[in-house]
Amino acid sequence: MRALTVLQTGPLCTVQDRGRPGFASIGVGRSGAADRLSHDAANRLVGNDSDAATLEVTFGGLKLRAEFDALVAVTGAQVNCRVDGTEQGLFSTITLRAGQTLELSAPTWGLRSYVAVRGGIDVPAVLGSRSTDTMSGIGPAPLSPGDVLNVGNDSAEWPAADFVPPPSLHETLHVKFGPRDGWFTENASKTLVQQLWTVTPDTDRVGIRLDGSEPLARAIDGELSSEGMVLGSLQVPPSGKPVLFLADHPVTGGYPVIAVVTAADVSVAAQLTPGTRVRFRAIG
Amino acid sequence: MRIHPAGEDALLVELDGLDETMAYYRSLTADPPAAVVDLVPAARTVLVMFDGPKQPVLDWIAATEPAVTTTDDRSDTVTISVVYDGEDLDEVARLTGLSTADVVAAHVDQTWTVAFGGFAPGFGYLVGTDARLHVPRRTSPRTSVPAGSVGLAGEFSGIYPRSSPGGWQLIGRTDARLWDLDRDPPALLRPGTIVRFEQA
Repeated sequence: MRALTVLQTGPLCTVQDRGRPGFASIGVGRSGAADRLSHDAANRLVGNDSDAATLEVTFGGLKLRAEFDALVAVTGAQVNCRVDGTEQGLFSTITLRAGQTLELSAPTWGLRSYVAVRGGIDVPAVLGSRSTDTMSGIGPAPLSPGDVLNVGNDSAEWPAADFVPPPSLHETLHVKFGPRDGWFTENASKTLVQQLWTVTPDTDRVGIRLDGSEPLARAIDGELSSEGMVLGSLQVPPSGKPVLFLADHPVTGGYPVIAVVTAADVSVAAQLTPGTRVRFRAIG
Repeated sequence: MRIHPAGEDALLVELDGLDETMAYYRSLTADPPAAVVDLVPAARTVLVMFDGPKQPVLDWIAATEPAVTTTDDRSDTVTISVVYDGEDLDEVARLTGLSTADVVAAHVDQTWTVAFGGFAPGFGYLVGTDARLHVPRRTSPRTSVPAGSVGLAGEFSGIYPRSSPGGWQLIGRTDARLWDLDRDPPALLRPGTIVRFEQA
């Protein structure tokens, strides 16, 4: 049987791919892997199509048994990755023989790991995607012990390399001002990029609430009509403390967005643990 | 029309009001360039998400005029059967100065259009043609509103596709399937859909 059996999951483990774009007008966001760069890297390492589904493991704790000889890769957060107790390298291809167990510890850096298996995780697609969207409730349920995950045929060419460099461990996120920076004081725009912000424990696949000593002050006090929101938006509620929108963010929102984090740095943001200090840097 | 950047791959087009935004969204959806991934209409904005260079998208936005249409042009009409026994029906009557029978008549007699979605999969913000039913949201939202509840808030009417918290004034309920993943498209109400209510 080309399958993996889930023995243990940790706090949250979901199936993710590159999401379901194109349905925002009927209230369904894109969703998909929170750290898309690590998801893509895991698929590359096992020679999968880039839209093959992987497992997104939040804060480690996953234990899987292979029911066939599988090729897997683990990317993302710094975890201890073992096959039947023997430590394995991250960001590299790993052979998992039938009956062997893959186990991820809690991370020492980062939040989310991606486990790709050659062929991809084969769960039914909903609106063209196998992603679990925690906001709309669409897609497969989060994994539970005892789940048997079939492995599909979403593999392409064999990879050119069996190791890719892990992402840099930087904590500077690049932002582009807008669409509603005009709703804030000039000083607020400076504060956004000069102040160190702290990742609060209020963080999930929807977004990350940030804290800073000086809140972002509004120049316009009126109420904004709800409008479409993009991935990486820094939405600022009346507290003046921004929320950084991740993969499962709402499709519309009613608070002004002062700036948007670049797509590549949204992947970095998805790895930030509570207590981490981050800095924003503006791009043109 | 004002165009605001929304990150690297999106533009937020801001218009003067709801009618203009609906007309502009209709024009944009008529023939979008292949690079456009998604269009998200809202009350005063259309978010244009794209994949590729920005300039051709900007040119297309600048070249697009809001569509002037009549209801007759739009064949996408849905009739929804409602049992008008909502918990806030008396309150809506008090707020509008109408009798409950007149509230029901006003809801049934006007033509509604889905202006935009959001809030939950399959939820549509419906705008009508009769301002008498404009009422504020409840001062205290309910923690759970049953699926199929028909409500009013501000200039909008809407139907809860699934049970969720909510602050709309509830006037009735329907068995219509607002969201069905086995249907293509899964949402019964999409931006631009014309809705007629009938009393069950």
